[in-house]
Amino acid sequence: MKRWHMLTVVGRDQPGIVAALTETLYRGGANLGEASMVRLGGNFTIMLMVEADADAPGLRRLLEPVTRRLQLHAHIDAIEGRLHEHVEPNVRVVVHGADRPGIVAQVTAALAANGLNILDLESDVGGTADRPIYIMTIDGYTRDGIAALERALEPLRRTGIEARLTPIDTMVG
Amino acid sequence: MAVLEILAYPDARLKQTSQPVTEFDADLRRFLADLEATMRAAPGGVGLAAPQVGRPQRVVIVDVSGRPDIPHSGRMILINPEITEREGEAVGREGCLSVPDYTGNVARAARIRVRARDAAGARRDYACEGYEARAVQHEIDHLDGLLFLDRLVSRRDLFRRKVYK
Repeated sequence: MKRWHMLTVVGRDQPGIVAALTETLYRGGANLGEASMVRLGGNFTIMLMVEADADAPGLRRLLEPVTRRLQLHAHIDAIEGRLHEHVEPNVRVVVHGADRPGIVAQVTAALAANGLNILDLESDVGGTADRPIYIMTIDGYTRDGIAALERALEPLRRTGIEARLTPIDTMVG
Repeated sequence: MAVLEILAYPDARLKQTSQPVTEFDADLRRFLADLEATMRAAPGGVGLAAPQVGRPQRVVIVDVSGRPDIPHSGRMILINPEITEREGEAVGREGCLSVPDYTGNVARAARIRVRARDAAGARRDYACEGYEARAVQHEIDHLDGLLFLDRLVSRRDLFRRKVYK
C-alpha cells in the first residue's frame, strides 16, 4: 500500500545531492510530491513529499547508501498527502532591515494575531558580515483583510523595520 | 446558450496556434454566447479563449468589471486581436481555468493597446492597464498555444528589471 512520507534532508551543499537522492527514490519505486529545496548558508536543505510502499525504516534503508556517501542527515515522518488542496495567497508581506534578533518573531506574532496564515516564507541574510541586513518575503492568506495587518505592523515600523504589504489578486483566465 | 467543457492541461489542443476568424456570422454569434456562458459559469474566471473549449479560432472574451476598484473596459469580445503597444512591466499572480489547482507569478506588460474585431466584425481599439491588461495578454497567449506555465517567473525574479524580449 502506497503511503506518504515527508523526507527532510540537510547537509553541506555540494553538486549532485538532488540528482542522487531522487534517482535512488525513482529506482526504489517511489513517487515524489511537492518539495521545497534551497541552499541556506552553506547547507543544502530538502523538504520532499515521497509516496512509497515502504514504511519509514524501509525508506531510510533505501536512502542510506546515498546519505552516507554525501554525508546527509535524513529525517522521515509519516504524513497525509492532501495534494490538490492549494490555498491561494491573497497578501504578500516583504520585510527588510538591519539584521537584529527578534525581527521574525515580532513580525509574525503581529501578523498571526491579526489572522494571517503563512503559506510560504523565505528569508535571506544579505549585506556584509559586520553589517548584515535581513530580508523576508511572506505569501499568506488573510481572512480579515489587509487593513488589520497594516495596523498591526505600524508599531514595528517605528522600530526601524521596513514592512510592505501588497494584495495578491490572482487573475484566472 | 451552453456551458462548454474547458480543456485541461496537458491536452495537446491547448498548444495549437489558432486561426483567424473570417466569417462574422450566426454560428460565430452562437459560439460567443456559449463562450461567455462558460466563462461566467467558471468560479473566478475573468477571461476565456476559444481554444480552451476546443475551438482553435482567434477569439477571446475578457471581463474584469466585477473586480473591485480597478480600471476596466467592461466586457470585451476580442476577435483576431493584436497587441499594438506594450509599456512597462508588472509581475502578478495568475491561474488558468485550463490548469486546476496551480497559480504562479508571471511578468506582463503593465499597459497595452489592443486592436481587434468585435462580434459584428467592426474594428475596435482598447487601452488596458494592470489587471485587465494581464487578463488580455493571458488570453491572447492561448491563441498562440501558450499557457501562463510557459511564462512563470520565480519569486526571486519579482523585481527583475527586464523580462520581455
